[in-house]
Amino acid sequence: MTDSAVEKVTVLAGGISHERDVSLRSGRRVVDSLVANGIEVDLRDPDASLLGHLTATRPDVVWPALHGASGEDGALRGLLEALDIPFVGSSAAAARLAWDKPTAKELAHRAGVRTPRGITLSHDAFRELGAAGVLAAIADEHPVPVVVKPARGGSAQGVTVVESVDQLPRAMVDAYTYCDDVIVEQKITGTEVAVGVIDTGDGPSALPAVEIVPRSGFYGFEARYNAGETTFFTPARLGAGAQEAVAETAVTVHRALGLRHLSRVDLIVDAAGTPWFLEVNVLPGLTETSLVPMALDAAGFELGMVYAALAEKAVRDHR
Amino acid sequence: MTDKGTNLDPWYDSYADRTAGLSASEVRALFAVASRPEVVSLAGGMPFVSALPRELVTGAIDRVMSQDGGAMALQYGSGQGTPAIREHIMQIMAMEGIRGSADDVVVTTGSQQALDLVTRLFVNPGDVVLAESPSYVGALGVFKAYQADVAHVATDGEGLVPEALRETIAAVRSQGRTIKFLYTIPNFHNPAGVTLTWARRLEILEICRDAGILVLEDNPYGLLYFDQPAPQAMRSVDDEGVIYLGSFSKTLAPGFRVGWALAPHAIREKLILANESATLSPNSFGQFVITEYLDQADWRGQIESFRGLYRERRDAMLSALGEYLPSLSWTVPDGGFFVWVTLPDELDSKAMLPRAVKELVAYTPGTAFFADGGGRQNIRLSFCYPTSESIRTGVARLATVVNGELDLLSTFQGARLGSSRSVRTGVSMPPPNLS
Repeated sequence: MTDSAVEKVTVLAGGISHERDVSLRSGRRVVDSLVANGIEVDLRDPDASLLGHLTATRPDVVWPALHGASGEDGALRGLLEALDIPFVGSSAAAARLAWDKPTAKELAHRAGVRTPRGITLSHDAFRELGAAGVLAAIADEHPVPVVVKPARGGSAQGVTVVESVDQLPRAMVDAYTYCDDVIVEQKITGTEVAVGVIDTGDGPSALPAVEIVPRSGFYGFEARYNAGETTFFTPARLGAGAQEAVAETAVTVHRALGLRHLSRVDLIVDAAGTPWFLEVNVLPGLTETSLVPMALDAAGFELGMVYAALAEKAVRDHR
Repeated sequence: MTDKGTNLDPWYDSYADRTAGLSASEVRALFAVASRPEVVSLAGGMPFVSALPRELVTGAIDRVMSQDGGAMALQYGSGQGTPAIREHIMQIMAMEGIRGSADDVVVTTGSQQALDLVTRLFVNPGDVVLAESPSYVGALGVFKAYQADVAHVATDGEGLVPEALRETIAAVRSQGRTIKFLYTIPNFHNPAGVTLTWARRLEILEICRDAGILVLEDNPYGLLYFDQPAPQAMRSVDDEGVIYLGSFSKTLAPGFRVGWALAPHAIREKLILANESATLSPNSFGQFVITEYLDQADWRGQIESFRGLYRERRDAMLSALGEYLPSLSWTVPDGGFFVWVTLPDELDSKAMLPRAVKELVAYTPGTAFFADGGGRQNIRLSFCYPTSESIRTGVARLATVVNGELDLLSTFQGARLGSSRSVRTGVSMPPPNLS
């Protein structure tokens, strides 16, 4: 990498979000891959000294491996833009759109992508309108099974699959504990897949879809971060048409939200082979059990090379 | 990729049954945030080692290394521990009324390992261990690892309830189950903060003697009393029916990882062999340094200093609870590290944790201290590590968390919440209703 524009990368990982632990794991994996590729890496847990440090050290690129709020909500990215420091991943504005799941769903829908019907409600809405009436209306309009999840956040924290109406209040409470806005959406039955989208200079392209088959039946936190709890099929066991459809859908979402460099689009493919958009991550997990590294590996990419290429793309895009 | 897909742990199906539960969890992940300086952690039970004068430790280390270049301290040692430290341990235990022989002491890698060794010696899969309700999370983990079933015994403000012990023993035995021992933390209980009265100690020993049940007395906090010493150790009146566990982790520093077991002769022999099997020998360097420290430093004065520090922090926590969360109830510990808080019926301490993380305060949900799913209505607050000022800040944030959660629950269950909410005011100590 001696002829590369990127010699020094600052990886940001940790933070104070609910996903701190996941972020630290992602950050360490990114560091290992970049170092193996000959790049000098400075791993930092953001704190009050961060902005001064970045201003003083002026890394070639910052890699925000911060999951959850501040890392994915665009705040930190906005500051990096203000500091005029290149960084890997989507712009602050695009990250904000993707971070808010209802917004992302709406933008995907406008781009012609199917997404489960749902409703987003604040805690205040329940407080003002009365829980019993609102819950009854939800149950009428969105019959179980439904998925209840925080409108912002990741790693399936606070997510419940509600199979009967009496589970709905508890599921709402659990989701509101993470976020003041909660989505209740139709549960689509089908094949759960995650599609990485990568752009190192030739435009966004989809990686092989990773099919997710959790032993417990639910791809929750434990299934995500305990090796062996989930079986993955890469590429997903889909027909050729569906394979093509998920790839096209993922790239469509990536473009519709104005994302760049790297994203992961989570989809369910129904029995007819139609992909349904669930959510998109501007900072996909990069841990040892994460899906994008798995897809890159399946596609024949070497992680260190790809990450280095993404860092270089970030520098080029910044110019 | 194969037709069977990719499983990221190819050995997934090879693990022993006892590893069930050794997995990453959402709650554990949330605890990662507690290490951030912005977060006031009332969760961990870490002693405040910064209060230990560094020169006391460095002086001891220097002396150890100046004796034959530290050759002994850097070498493997006896599986029982050095004679010198075992003599010191006898002096320490004498402060709690224990008399005996240093030959019956086995030094271990913290008392946690002694707990593991005792369980290894006695427990077959499916055996029953009796434990207080709630009990130390680290002990429950050990019992689970050896596939024991834990039968919790009711506890109140005076510690384990003897009548409940009788009933539990009878109930377990009526099912044809085998009870291997009673695990108890009589002093400044972790997590409940309560202390077993002298009368109850005698009664419980009698019950266990009559029932042929060994007592495992775990006493890491006994010397850290605030106002008056705890009653004497159970081991002080029963040489044969009690295994006593002690530790330097709270009275000196946990980094040395030196604890011990004092056991009846026959058990002692097996403990030494099990210890050698597990670790060859306990930490030699730590034993030598601690021995030097005990020889040369005013360690009794240092413990007194710790008492003053923790007393001040306990007072700060109780004061803050009274000010910010007067409607809750909590224990008032006479020593140790922990206050056990009882939440209103509607709240779930585990489900509330994400909100606490958002508010930059961490606690340990009560569910950690039960093997049977109990504890949702409780949280353990530690006052040992944060400063008094931080404790006040942390409890104020906790009040925001509790009130936010109550507000949320009232939205969904308003009428029921309003009618069942238990209001008790002040810092007078209502015993935790842990049964």
